[in-house]
Amino acid sequence: MSLLDIKDLHAGYGAMSILKGVNLSLEAGEIGVIVGPNGAGKSTTLKAIFGMLNITEGSIHFDGEDITGIGSEQLASHRISFVPQENNVFPTLSVHENLEMGAYIRRDDFSRVMDHVYEIFPPLKEKRHQPAGELSGGQRQMVAFGRALMIEPKLILLDEPTAGLSPMFMSQIFDRVIAINQTGVTVAMVEQNAKQALAIAHKGFVLAGGQNSYTDTGQNLLNNPDVAKSFLGG
Amino acid sequence: MNDLVFFLNKGITSGLIIGSIYALGAIGLTLIFGILRFAHFAHGDLMTLGAFVTLILAAALAALGVTLPLPLAFVVMFPAMAITAVLAIGLDKMFYKPLRQAGARPVVLVMASVGVTLMLQGVIRLFAGVRSRDMFVEAPKEIYRIPIPGATRKLVVTEPQILLMLFTIVAVIALHFFLTRARLGKAMRAVSDNPDLARITGINTEHVVWATWIIGGSLACAAGTMLSMDVTLKPDLSFNILLPIFAATIVGGIGQPYGAIAGGFLVGFCETLAVFNWSIVLRPFKDELWFDLPSNMSLVPTEYKLMVPFLILIIVLIYRPTGIFKGRVL
Amino acid sequence: MSSQTQNPIMRDIALFAALGVLVLVIFVSQGAVYSVRMLVEAGCYGIIALGLTIQWGYAGLFNVGIMGFIAAGAASSMLMTFPRNPDFWNSGGPELAGLFIVKLIACALALWLANNSNRWGVGPRLRALLITIAIAVSYLVLSFHMTVMSEEIEKASGWMGGLGLPVFFGWIIAGVIAGIIAWFVGKICLGLRSDYLAIATLGIAQIIKHFLKNADWLTNGTLTVSPMPWPVPSPADGEFLFARAAYLSVVAVALLITYLLLQRAYHSPWGRMMRAIRDNEEAAGAMGKNVNRRRLEIFILGCVLMGIGGAMLIHFTSIYDPSGFLDLNHTFLIWVMVILGGSGNNRGAIFGAIFVYIVWVMSEPLAVMLFATIATYGDQWLGWEAPSDFLSRALQMRVFVIGLTITLVLRLAPQGLLPERQARH
Ligand SMILES: Nc1ncnc2c1ncn2[C@@H]1O[C@H](COP(=O)(O)OP(=O)(O)OP(=O)(O)O)[C@@H](O)[C@H]1O
Ligand SMILES: [Mg+2]
Repeated sequence: MSLLDIKDLHAGYGAMSILKGVNLSLEAGEIGVIVGPNGAGKSTTLKAIFGMLNITEGSIHFDGEDITGIGSEQLASHRISFVPQENNVFPTLSVHENLEMGAYIRRDDFSRVMDHVYEIFPPLKEKRHQPAGELSGGQRQMVAFGRALMIEPKLILLDEPTAGLSPMFMSQIFDRVIAINQTGVTVAMVEQNAKQALAIAHKGFVLAGGQNSYTDTGQNLLNNPDVAKSFLGG
Repeated sequence: MNDLVFFLNKGITSGLIIGSIYALGAIGLTLIFGILRFAHFAHGDLMTLGAFVTLILAAALAALGVTLPLPLAFVVMFPAMAITAVLAIGLDKMFYKPLRQAGARPVVLVMASVGVTLMLQGVIRLFAGVRSRDMFVEAPKEIYRIPIPGATRKLVVTEPQILLMLFTIVAVIALHFFLTRARLGKAMRAVSDNPDLARITGINTEHVVWATWIIGGSLACAAGTMLSMDVTLKPDLSFNILLPIFAATIVGGIGQPYGAIAGGFLVGFCETLAVFNWSIVLRPFKDELWFDLPSNMSLVPTEYKLMVPFLILIIVLIYRPTGIFKGRVL
Repeated sequence: MSSQTQNPIMRDIALFAALGVLVLVIFVSQGAVYSVRMLVEAGCYGIIALGLTIQWGYAGLFNVGIMGFIAAGAASSMLMTFPRNPDFWNSGGPELAGLFIVKLIACALALWLANNSNRWGVGPRLRALLITIAIAVSYLVLSFHMTVMSEEIEKASGWMGGLGLPVFFGWIIAGVIAGIIAWFVGKICLGLRSDYLAIATLGIAQIIKHFLKNADWLTNGTLTVSPMPWPVPSPADGEFLFARAAYLSVVAVALLITYLLLQRAYHSPWGRMMRAIRDNEEAAGAMGKNVNRRRLEIFILGCVLMGIGGAMLIHFTSIYDPSGFLDLNHTFLIWVMVILGGSGNNRGAIFGAIFVYIVWVMSEPLAVMLFATIATYGDQWLGWEAPSDFLSRALQMRVFVIGLTITLVLRLAPQGLLPERQARH
C-alpha cells in the first residue's frame, strides 16, 4: 500500500477551483518530484495535502488513513512536515528557536534530532542565536528544512527548496534531500530545476492546468521527448 | 532644591507611575495586536473591569474584617487578575472566536471589540454607576514623606506607587523569561511572526490565543487596579485611557512587548511633563531669564492632556508607522 | 438563499412599508408635534448614516470618530450663522483673531516647507530637525497666542459670537470644515492598515470635543449657545408644528438629494472602482489604480456628509452644547444604523437610520419605566434600596444594548436587513 495516495483531487481558493483532478501516489521511502509550468497548481497541490484549502472532490490517504480535509495543525502529529515556498521561517525567532518550534508537538527529548540537523546544516550551528530573518536566502531555506525535520517526519513536502539559490547551493540541497531520503523519509518535492530534480526522483509528476499530464518514474520522464519538449526546455 | 523635589514629585514620580500603567496595558494590547491581528478596543474597559473585580473582592474581605500588612486591594489583585483573565478568554470565545473562524476581515474584529467595549461599559456603569470610588476600603493609603537633605519640601511617595513600581518590574522580568524561555512563550512569538507557518508546524494556536488573553487580561486588571489605587476608580475612563495605550503600543511597534513598555513610559512621561508647571522649576533662575515668568507655564493645559498621546500617535504614524522598535506594519 | 433575497425589490418595499406603518402608529399615539421632531432627527441621522455607509460599505473604512465630525460641523455652522456679538466686534478681539489666522497660515506654510525640504536636497536628518523645529515653534507661537487671545476675548465679550450668515451657508461650511479635518486624518492613516484609521478617528473625535468644551472664547464652551437659527421660520416666530414641518421638508429634500447623488456615484465608473478596491485591494492596486487616493476621496466625502448632517441636527435642537456630543449617540448609534440596515446599501442606511432612531427614542422612556418599576418593587418586596443614581443608570442599559446589537449583527447578519446588491455591469 502506498504511503501517500491522492486520488482525483479537486481543490481551490474559496470559490475559485485550481486543481481539477490530481493523482499522485508515493511508496514509503521514495522521492517524488512534481514539475510543471508556473501557475500549474504545484504549490496548490502541496497546500491541499496540508489541509490549507478546501477540497471539493477526491481523497488523500496517508499510511492507510484518510487525511482529506484534516486541518494543518493536525498533520504534524501524523509526522508529515511541510516547507512552504516562501515565508517559511519565523523571522524574529533565532535559528535555534525556529528548530525548537519545529519540535513543538514533541514532548520527549529532541536534542539528538537537533544535533543531527546542525550536523546536516553546519552553517546553522554557527548562526544558532541569530534571528532567522537576518539570514541569507539559502540559510533561511536550511532553517526551514531543518525545522521540518524536527518531528522526524515520515513524509516531508518541499515546495521549491532551491528557489533563488546558486547552483552550488542547489546541488548541496539536493544532496541533503537524498541523504534525508536515505534515512527512510519519503519526500514529495516541487521543483523548477526539473532536470536535476527528476534525476534524483523515483517518481515524477508533470502538472499542467491543475491536472497531471504525465506520471512516470523520474528517469522515464527525463527520457520522454514530449515531456522534454514541452516542460523541460528541450 | 525645593524646586527640584517638586519636580521629582510632580514630574518624575507621576511620569513613572502613569508610564507603568500605560506599559502594563500596552503589553496586552500589543500581544493581542500581534497574535490575533486586530486592535482591541475593549482593552480600556477590560482594565476598568479588572479594577472592579479587585474592588469587589477587597470590599468582601474588608466586610469579613480581614486586615493585612499590605493594602487589601493589592493583595486581592492577584486573584482578580486570574478572574479577569478568565473573563477575557470568555469574551474571546463568545465574540471574537466565531468571527475568526468565519474568516472575517480584521476590521470586523475591531468593530466587534468596539461592541464589546460598549457592553462592558454598560454593565459596569449599570451596576456601579459613574461616580468615582476609593480602592482603599479598609484604611486610607499610606503616604511616605521622605526628607531630602537641603530641602524643606519632602519627597512624597505613596504605598500603592511603590507597590506599582515593584509589580511592574517583576511583571516585565517574568514576561521576558516567559517569552524567551517557555515553550508556550516562544510559540506566542512564532504565531505573531507567521501565523500560517505556526499552524503548519503544529503549534496549537488555540493555546497561544489563550495565553495571549491570560497575559493581556491579567495585566489589564493589574493596570486598572493600580491606576485606581493611585487615584480613584473611575468607571467612565474608557476611551480616555484607551488612547494613550494605543499610542504606546504603536510607538513601541506592534507585536513588540518591549516596545510597548518603552512606549508606555514615553507616553507617560510626555504627558506628565507636558502638563507639568515648569515655572516652579524655573523660579530660582527668575532674574536671569529674559522673559517674565508666568505663574503657570505648562506646555499643554491640563484639560488638553489627551492631546499629548494623540499627537505622539499622529507623529509616529506619519514618520515611522513601524514604531521605534520596528514592529510589523500590518 | 431565501426567496426574499432573490427578490430584493419586494424586500425593500416590504421593509419600507413596515417602517411607514411604524411611523404612522407613532403619529397616532404620540401626536404630530412629537412625531415630526422625531422624523427630522431621524432624517439628519439618515444623512450622517449615508456618510458612514459609503465609507464602510463602499470602501471598508472604519471610522469611529463620527461624533467628532458632527461636532466640528455643528460648531462651524453655529459660528457662521449665530448673530454677531457686538461686544466682540467693538473690542480688540477681531484683530487678535485675524492675527491668529495669519500666524496659523504662516505656521502651516513653515511646516509644509520643512516637510517638503527633501525636494530641495535637504538630507533626512536635517529634514527631521527642520520638521521638529517647525512643529515646536508653531506650537509655542500658536498656543501662546491662543492663551492671550482667549483671555482677551473672554474678558471683553465673553465669546466671539457668530457671523450672522444664512443657515444654508453655515451648513456648507460645516461640510467643508469636516472635510478638511477628514483630509488630515485620511492623509495620515489611509495608507496604513484599517485599525490605525479607527484609532486615529477615535482620538480626533475626543480631541475635537475636548477642544469645543474648553474653548470658551470661540464657542462659549459648556455655557452653550442658543437659540440656533433655523433656515425656515423657527417655532419662536409662530406655529410649532408648522415650523417643524417646514424644517422636516428641508431635511427630507437634503436627504433625497444626497441619496440620489450617491446612487449615481455608486453606479458610475468611480463607484465601480471603489468596489473593486474594496473587494480586492491587491488586484486593484496592481491594475495601477491609486487606491489610497480613492479612499481619501471617499473618506472626505463621507465626513462632509457627517458634518452637514450634524449641523442640521444641532440647528434643529436649537441649542449648541458641546457636552451633548456623545460617542454613544453620535458614533455608535450610527454604526448600528448602518450595519443593521445593510452596509453599502444607501436605502439600507436610510432605513436603518429611521428605524433604529425610532427604537432608540422609544427605548428611553421604556428603560426609565423599567428601572423605576424595579426600584419600586425592589423596595417594596425585598427592602432593597435603589442607589440614588439608579434611574440615570437606565441609560447605561442602552450602552449595553448598542454594544450587544453590534456584536450580534456582525455575527448573525453581517449583511444587514437590506444587503448590498452587487450591481452587475
Ligand atoms: N492565495 C491564492 N488565492 C487565490 N488564487 C491563488 C492563490 N495562490 C495561488 N493562486 C492561483 O492558483 C494557481 C496555481 O498557483 P500555484 O501557486 O499552485 O502555482 P505553482 O504551480 O506553484 O507556480 P510556481 O511555479 O510559480 O510556484 C495560480 O493561477 C494562482 O493565481
Ligand atoms: Mg509554487
